Amino acid sequence: MIEIKDLHKSYKMGSNSLHVLKGINFSVEEGELVAIMGSSGSGKSTLLNILGMLDEANSGEYTLDGVPIKDLNETKAAKYRNKFLGFVFQSFNLINYKNAMENVALPLYYQKMGRKERQEKALKYLGQVGLTEWATHLPNELSGGQKQRVAIARAMAAEPKVLLADEPTGALDSKTSYEVMDLIQKINDQGNTILVVTHEEDIAHMCKRIVHLKDGIIVKDEKVKQVRASEYV
Amino acid sequence: MFSRDNWKEIFETIQKNKLRTFLSGFTVALGILIFVILFGFGNGLINTFNDFFADDATNVFYVFRGRTTMPYKGYKSNRQIEFDNSDLADIEKNFPLFLEYTTPRISRQDTVKYKEESNSYTTQAVSPSHQYAEKTIMMKGRFLNKNDIKDKTKYAIIGRLVEEDLFGAKTSIGKYIDIGGSSFKVVGVFQDDGGDNEERIIYIPYTTRQLIEKNTDEIDQIIVGFKPEIGYAGAMAFERSLNSFIREKKYINPKDQNGIFIRNVADQLKQNQQFARVLQIIVGFVAFGTIIAGIIGISNIMVFVVKERTKELGIRKALGATPKSVIGTILLESVFITTISGFIGMLIGIAVLSSLGEKLKDFFITNPYIDLTMATVATIVLIIFGAIAGYVPARRAAKIKPIVALRDD
Repeated sequence: MIEIKDLHKSYKMGSNSLHVLKGINFSVEEGELVAIMGSSGSGKSTLLNILGMLDEANSGEYTLDGVPIKDLNETKAAKYRNKFLGFVFQSFNLINYKNAMENVALPLYYQKMGRKERQEKALKYLGQVGLTEWATHLPNELSGGQKQRVAIARAMAAEPKVLLADEPTGALDSKTSYEVMDLIQKINDQGNTILVVTHEEDIAHMCKRIVHLKDGIIVKDEKVKQVRASEYV
Repeated sequence: MFSRDNWKEIFETIQKNKLRTFLSGFTVALGILIFVILFGFGNGLINTFNDFFADDATNVFYVFRGRTTMPYKGYKSNRQIEFDNSDLADIEKNFPLFLEYTTPRISRQDTVKYKEESNSYTTQAVSPSHQYAEKTIMMKGRFLNKNDIKDKTKYAIIGRLVEEDLFGAKTSIGKYIDIGGSSFKVVGVFQDDGGDNEERIIYIPYTTRQLIEKNTDEIDQIIVGFKPEIGYAGAMAFERSLNSFIREKKYINPKDQNGIFIRNVADQLKQNQQFARVLQIIVGFVAFGTIIAGIIGISNIMVFVVKERTKELGIRKALGATPKSVIGTILLESVFITTISGFIGMLIGIAVLSSLGEKLKDFFITNPYIDLTMATVATIVLIIFGAIAGYVPARRAAKIKPIVALRDD
């Protein structure tokens, strides 16, 4: 599903340049649930942003579902993001003047889906995250966990090839974190490919594979026995 | 880009961001409102200037007499200049090319009585042509005619308000009134656009006045009507030759400012029109400035709107919004708001102007109005510049990488 070869990324900081990713080689099969771990500054978020086409690498190859991702202009990147990728952010990033259902329907709007169809689909995915009754509520009327579930429903609504989650539990307490992870595991159980960036050990162990990043290189890449989040809920 | 779905998305954004919508709408509406009102006031000023001259003919010279201040050809200074009937005849004989008519005017203040009613009025002893000079409008009966002059008839034409004062609701035609001790028959009633004072006048034949005043042939004032087709330059030339003709005949030093004086209505009208035009240019300039201020205002708001929406636009881009759709959303929203509020401001402005009418006449503003085309063009200009002003920040927003926009908490 994802193929990365010798990926480099550096940021210019004034006259200095900060080498963040120093040659990443890494691949993800369909249906995997991968945790990317590392301390802050290890380059894990940068990697995820490049995977999500929110940022561009300096060199290296990136193939997503057999499509080489390179020389993207903004329009092309937007189309690929819409077609291939779903995002879940630490700070939820819901649009605050749109209610839960409208937020979930937004990526479908950019897929040029009809209004009725969009709403039906949004409601279906809201139902899957258990928030049907909250469909008409604005984000500021929802709890943190509920907001993240809306964000996950929004990411899933576009039916992406890969779901990218950047610290999805970073702003949540442990109980809510496990609820969100439970949801992510269930989505994975349905065969979806998911990448989770986290710095929390317990969250990482709820995935099936952990990739450790340190100072811009992969130091460890191991398959782990998945801990079901439902055990804690 | 203009599908129903896009519009719905824009309407929702507008509805849910009321303050933002209100601010940008208000700026535009106010800009257009002020523009329309200022421009209307400019036109109102011009109306007032034109009104000053509307009640009298403009192809007319009024020749006044005075005392000389310089000795000339053996005559001492401080000599009272006199006009008489021969002067009228001489003018008519000498300027047949320019002249349309002449009329004398002898003004007197008289006590006028009818039965128990009595009042003091200005009587003007004139010839029939006077009707053209004053643009006197007959309501009832007739104005003076040639026979009245020849036969020195005791007929009077009274103003609308004279009739109202003396006769009340009753008809005055055919009744006899007492003017300064002589009995006159009322043969006509007139009205005049020049205001109340001009409707409190009584016209009588000048020959009759001269007969009453010991059969003199003296005249107070000569009014000369010239052919309109001689134009402004012709009128100025005619005024100069008329002036020197009278000065020569009356032995007045050509350099004497005071012997006679000619009031040239055409010249005054022209000067006033020029003054009004300059005023309108100034007002137009201020109005143009208002539009510029409006454009700057809407530009500021657009920059602010885009700044405020940076994160939202980042989210939209992460979800698959193309740069084109980001720009489209912002622009359509701004054009929609400026169009609606621009035309609201324009309509309010036009409504204010038309409700004012004559209420500001004391401030020299009569019937202010704005050409609908002018108002529409100004509104469209503001909309277009609002869109251009919105496009620049919108394009920048569309170029920001979503990752940068999302980081902006």
